[in-house]
Amino acid sequence: MSSPTHSAKSFSAPTTTRALLKKVVVLGATSGIALEVQRHLARLGCELLLVARSPERLAEVQSDLLARGASQVLTCAADLAAIEYHAGIFDFVRRSFSGYDTVLLSYGAMQDQKDSEASVDVLLSELHVNYVSAAALLTLFAADMEQRRTGCIAAITSVAGDRGRRSNYVYGSAKGALSLFLQGLRSRLHPAGVKVITIKPGPVQTPMTDHLPNAARFAQPEMVARDIVRALERRSPDVLYTPKIWRYVMAAVEHIPETLFKRLSF
Amino acid sequence: MPAEAAAIGRKRSLAASTDRLASWGRYPKGTHAHVHKPAWNDELAGILKAAPPASLLPYGLGRSYGDSCLNTDRELVDCRRLNRILGFDESTGMLRCEGGVSFADIIGVFLPKGWFLPVTPGTQFVTVGGAIANDVHGKNHHCAGTFGDHVHQLGLLRSNDGLVVCSREENPQMFRATIGGLGLTGVIAWADIQLRRVAGPWIDAELAPFQSLSGFVDLSQKSNGHFEYTVAWLDCFAGRNLRGILFRGNHSAESAKKLRLKRGPKLPFNLPAWLLNRYSVRAFNSVYYRAHAAKKGSTLVGYDSFFYPLDSVRQWNLLYGKQGFLQYQCVIPESNVDAFPELLARIARSGMGSFLGVLKQFGSAPPAGMLSFPRPGLTLALDFAMRGERTLQLMRSLDDVVLRSGGALYPAKDARMSPALFEASFPRWRSFLPWIDPKMSSSFWRRVTEGP
Repeated sequence: MSSPTHSAKSFSAPTTTRALLKKVVVLGATSGIALEVQRHLARLGCELLLVARSPERLAEVQSDLLARGASQVLTCAADLAAIEYHAGIFDFVRRSFSGYDTVLLSYGAMQDQKDSEASVDVLLSELHVNYVSAAALLTLFAADMEQRRTGCIAAITSVAGDRGRRSNYVYGSAKGALSLFLQGLRSRLHPAGVKVITIKPGPVQTPMTDHLPNAARFAQPEMVARDIVRALERRSPDVLYTPKIWRYVMAAVEHIPETLFKRLSF
Repeated sequence: MPAEAAAIGRKRSLAASTDRLASWGRYPKGTHAHVHKPAWNDELAGILKAAPPASLLPYGLGRSYGDSCLNTDRELVDCRRLNRILGFDESTGMLRCEGGVSFADIIGVFLPKGWFLPVTPGTQFVTVGGAIANDVHGKNHHCAGTFGDHVHQLGLLRSNDGLVVCSREENPQMFRATIGGLGLTGVIAWADIQLRRVAGPWIDAELAPFQSLSGFVDLSQKSNGHFEYTVAWLDCFAGRNLRGILFRGNHSAESAKKLRLKRGPKLPFNLPAWLLNRYSVRAFNSVYYRAHAAKKGSTLVGYDSFFYPLDSVRQWNLLYGKQGFLQYQCVIPESNVDAFPELLARIARSGMGSFLGVLKQFGSAPPAGMLSFPRPGLTLALDFAMRGERTLQLMRSLDDVVLRSGGALYPAKDARMSPALFEASFPRWRSFLPWIDPKMSSSFWRRVTEGP
């Protein structure tokens, strides 16, 4: 009998780490989508640096990903919405994870739209978390990668950012602003050979969306994660809609005339 | 984040979500007042604390057939997002994982490293928490006991005393109550499971036909000494000549050959109820018997087709149509095996055949839990399409035979047994009562104990 560990290689899925995707920084590592993306990356044998708020949760995720094949998992507990910590986070990444090739920004928050209509504080916090802090953080990483002339920045925005809707326009405007920011960043970093991917998921079954009506019909996070990992491996496309059908849905939605659209209640 | 925004965020996370979670048999159907979906173990304490008495039940992958995983009009704690591996000792094979980790996931991660589940039921789509709560058994019961026998320690989150670590040494009573405890003793936050070494994903499998019950018992007894896994498929339509095929196997030493897992088809919707009738089912059984009785000798089969043949058709439960189906799994002491021909005769008279009959000889190891189902004897599992009252009537007539023979029914498969039959199956169930978490209840438990 040959050794059991030998058998491992013989029947597991091929684990060829693409040359481009080896060291990944995840900003918002405990979000529903990030958790699934990280499992895919672990199976590919990637090295990961995870940033999220709760050290306890990070520790659980770390042990999980190590068991699933990640070759290294570093963690950094910090509140990403607090811009004053950004320099420290960025410094930690550069010092302990030098040569990282991919940055995935995956945090966000969705408040009840009615709350942000009633309270400017809620409104500002939603814009701050989803847009202001994200743009601030990516600016640090962009400069570093631009200088190194390599790498890939990917950020999860939302199809909700493609058109302002009655029921969700505050979240949508923040995500839409982030999409615009990424669009400009992509152009800026193009000469340096740094790729920027805008990830626009449709509604996904995660803790963030459990309270929404029809949540049971939303896409599974594993499916969305698969699309995201494929995009990270290929560093393409520039704008990823996932599940794919949302590319066509949003193309149609964007063509509805405003006079009609303002009357729609969704 | 401003304090007000944070407060609103918290409020919303407690808002109602009312998914329709069903059991595998899709009978009985029930709706729940609320389904909690914690994504982290640290959220469980808050959910338990906020709940009214007797209102909660942990839910896994919903593979219990009847109502033991339901809590109609009350609340469920959907544990599927609590699916993290917390640690693994490569030298001993001891795994620590959260309760929502599925068997399929464990196999996917650890089989490539040369480790397999110590005990597995006929589907890999169960959670560790569910496997413990039902103290599931598998084809190796005669030599490995139940899943609970391989749990070394578990972290049980209780509404009144927080996280209780229990094992055979520490809080042994709580440990024995939780194994087979139907989720009623608290939420299993994590468990330590002893995996077993294997050379690879292959099973050396053999088939052996039998033509009578005594033929089965002889064959099974002989096989149990040499084979780690034994289980028989039974043709319920062969009339008085009971016949079937014994499947037996061992983990193979083959380690180099690659196993390519196939993703099978999926039943997309309920099939029309008339499709499964006595003629189609009889024809299926007959063809199945002939196809397998002819095969001789040992063949190398993948673990997936050996352990989980039904998993290859996803959502096969929709085969039984909108009304769902019932499974009937009993165990009967070997001193009363005459009960089996009687059971089959009653089924034959009713004209409601079972698509799939499964027969297995249990081992004699003492039960791992207070309410564990496996006990020495032969266990028979049958599926019946739900056809309303006449199906229930057939089952009551089978109950009479089981009662008379000193047998028992399996709660994980049950949707309708009477309190009297539950009492007969688990005569010491009252000694389990003190271990129930005051916040926990289930549809099954209220039904069989006639409790509030």
